Amino acid sequence: MSTRHTLSVLVENKPGVLARVSALFSRRGFNIDSLAVGPTEHADVSRMTIVVNVEELPLEQVTKQLNKLVNVLKIVELDTNQSVQRELMLIKVRADADSRSHVLELVNLFRARCVDVAPDAVTIEVTGTVDKLEAFVRVLEPFGIKELVQSGMVAIGRGARSITDRSLRALDRTA
Amino acid sequence: MTEQMTGAQALVRALEQVGVDTVFGIPGGAILPAYDPLYDSKKVRHVLVRHEQGAGHAAEGYAQATGRVGVCMATSGPGATNLVTPIADAYMDSVPIVAITGQVASAAIGTDAFQEADISGITMPITKHNFLVTDPADIPRTIVEAFHIAASGRPGPVLVDIAKDALQATTTFTWPVQMQLPGYRPVTRPHSKQIREAARLIAEAKRPVLYVGGGVHKATASPELLELAELTGIPVITTLMARGTFPDSHRQHLGMPGMHGTVAAVGALQRSDLMVVLGARFDDRVTGRLDTFAPHAKVVHADIDPAEISKNRHADVPIVGDCKEVISDLVAAIKADGRKGDYAEWWRHLDAYRETYALGYDTYEDGSLAPQYIMERISELVGPDAIYVAGVGQHQMWASQFIGYENPGSFINSGGAGTMGFAVPAAMGAKMGRPDKEVWAIDGDGCFQMTNQELATCALEGVPVKIAVINNGNLGMVRQWQTLFYGERYSNTDLQSARRIPDFVKLAEAYGCVGLRCERPEDVDDTIRKAREITDMPVVIDFVVHQDAMVWPMVAAGTSNDDIKYARDMAPKWEHED
Repeated sequence: MSTRHTLSVLVENKPGVLARVSALFSRRGFNIDSLAVGPTEHADVSRMTIVVNVEELPLEQVTKQLNKLVNVLKIVELDTNQSVQRELMLIKVRADADSRSHVLELVNLFRARCVDVAPDAVTIEVTGTVDKLEAFVRVLEPFGIKELVQSGMVAIGRGARSITDRSLRALDRTA
Repeated sequence: MTEQMTGAQALVRALEQVGVDTVFGIPGGAILPAYDPLYDSKKVRHVLVRHEQGAGHAAEGYAQATGRVGVCMATSGPGATNLVTPIADAYMDSVPIVAITGQVASAAIGTDAFQEADISGITMPITKHNFLVTDPADIPRTIVEAFHIAASGRPGPVLVDIAKDALQATTTFTWPVQMQLPGYRPVTRPHSKQIREAARLIAEAKRPVLYVGGGVHKATASPELLELAELTGIPVITTLMARGTFPDSHRQHLGMPGMHGTVAAVGALQRSDLMVVLGARFDDRVTGRLDTFAPHAKVVHADIDPAEISKNRHADVPIVGDCKEVISDLVAAIKADGRKGDYAEWWRHLDAYRETYALGYDTYEDGSLAPQYIMERISELVGPDAIYVAGVGQHQMWASQFIGYENPGSFINSGGAGTMGFAVPAAMGAKMGRPDKEVWAIDGDGCFQMTNQELATCALEGVPVKIAVINNGNLGMVRQWQTLFYGERYSNTDLQSARRIPDFVKLAEAYGCVGLRCERPEDVDDTIRKAREITDMPVVIDFVVHQDAMVWPMVAAGTSNDDIKYARDMAPKWEHED
């Protein structure tokens, strides 16, 4: 049975790396649920968080094929229970004088934030797990969602250990 | 060493420093700066080909004949895209080549400039790695990295695309350079626990086979393989990419597996209880329908590429490592284990398959030529010390089946990609890499017409290859499928080359080569002898053969290996041992 897997992929911060990774996924026929990429504490290293919905065996192939990319430094699968996983969403909801207070109540309930207000709409920022964001969207739907934008998931392991430590030491040696 | 020079001079100097002696290519606008210092190089010989595809395949032939990295060079845009086919070919067959392409000036990149193509983007899925260089200071390091990546681990093609302004600008050339490849660490040392486990399975197996692929030759592990085979007494099967890695004449050799493999090899795999897979990758042309492939076999799979292990077939014992180290460790572990398998019963069956279903072919009462007979005669007269290079199709299969290979690397062909037109340029590259060797291209009339422009290169550069064109006037392999699976409806497979359009003898002569023709069995030996006597010019032989000759045995695409036919509608009778 296919399940969602979260991969943290440390890559060299070089042009074209994102293209290599996404081209690999499409060429090998793997579907990406979400992909987020950004800098890390080390200037030469970027970190991708890739969520794939595959069975165990194709996941092994994904990981091995990713590892073959010369610019990929390290791949770690993050266990849902052993990591913190977050997505960010911005939602523009219809809200006039009558409904605004209802909307703001929900914003508080979900520990979201109102980042822009107009006479007939509010824009809300919310972060959380996929489940939380889905639930939030459901409760806002009756008011009328005018626009919605969502980031890919980012994730980090719980506890003191860092997955970047060892890879970065290797990087320093060759620099 | 530090010196001021242009990026182009740095490129040529770096190529000299990494030991390049031959570059196949064609100049053009964007790569032009590089060709100027190349003109002065005393160490690098540039071979001016007639089409960039020829340069790429020549680099592949050179690489496979020498074991070194082959190099090809082209300009931006169409020059670079013409390299795409050989790059894809090298990727599929793990051939170490470096392709150097000129790119439009960095300021023009992305503007649809004249002769601009995003070749690093285009070749991303068909290279082991590629580079786009816009800073001249990066050129020497990139060249070192490209050659290292191409040759190490699982070999493969690497493309280096260099912007024209980077070639023209002045830079400081420093040597040696330090590679910066923190994410590239191929594993070559196998895990000792896995080796011991493999040795245990081998000792306990009743019907084991060694399924040997191209990785064994790439690891130069033929001597180790011979030792392993003779130590254990296990039958050996060599894939298309491994022909010659184990001597065909050896009693333990069963031949090639797969779609056109021998009944003995295919039958052995299907009935085996253990496959020891060395540097092979369960290609669909070997396995047939995957879910019925070798259904009783446990699998020991050794490969230098971890992604090949358990990709198509689950490995019970996965071993990641270089085949030379894997096999020698395995030999040591088997000796330490001390047990010796008893395969007498297994060999009784295999010998029966081998005798009953030996390779054979039809001869024709009208006196026309059977292509397989030509292979047998070339094999007999030219012998196993030559290098044979095949194109793709029926002639390739016959060359694999009916020529006896005794030496590793003596059969070069396009396996994974199946690139028609491979033979002429690859044979040229092989001959330039190994001028001491007699090089025979076995080509088809379809293939030959795709790349025979390189005959001009062979003639002018003094590359005396022999090219045996097996001319059945058709795209023979496709025609065979039409005969078998499309009700003999020969849609667009008749090339009419038998009508001598073109006349291959005249064509050869027009290209400054010797052209010979042979149409009857009784003339074959004399024609081969005559071709061998000519050692200062390329020779093309037009062997006009019967158009209905087919490649047997055959496992039809998408069917099970159990349904192999050794001739049309003729299935072998397996004994009732299981």
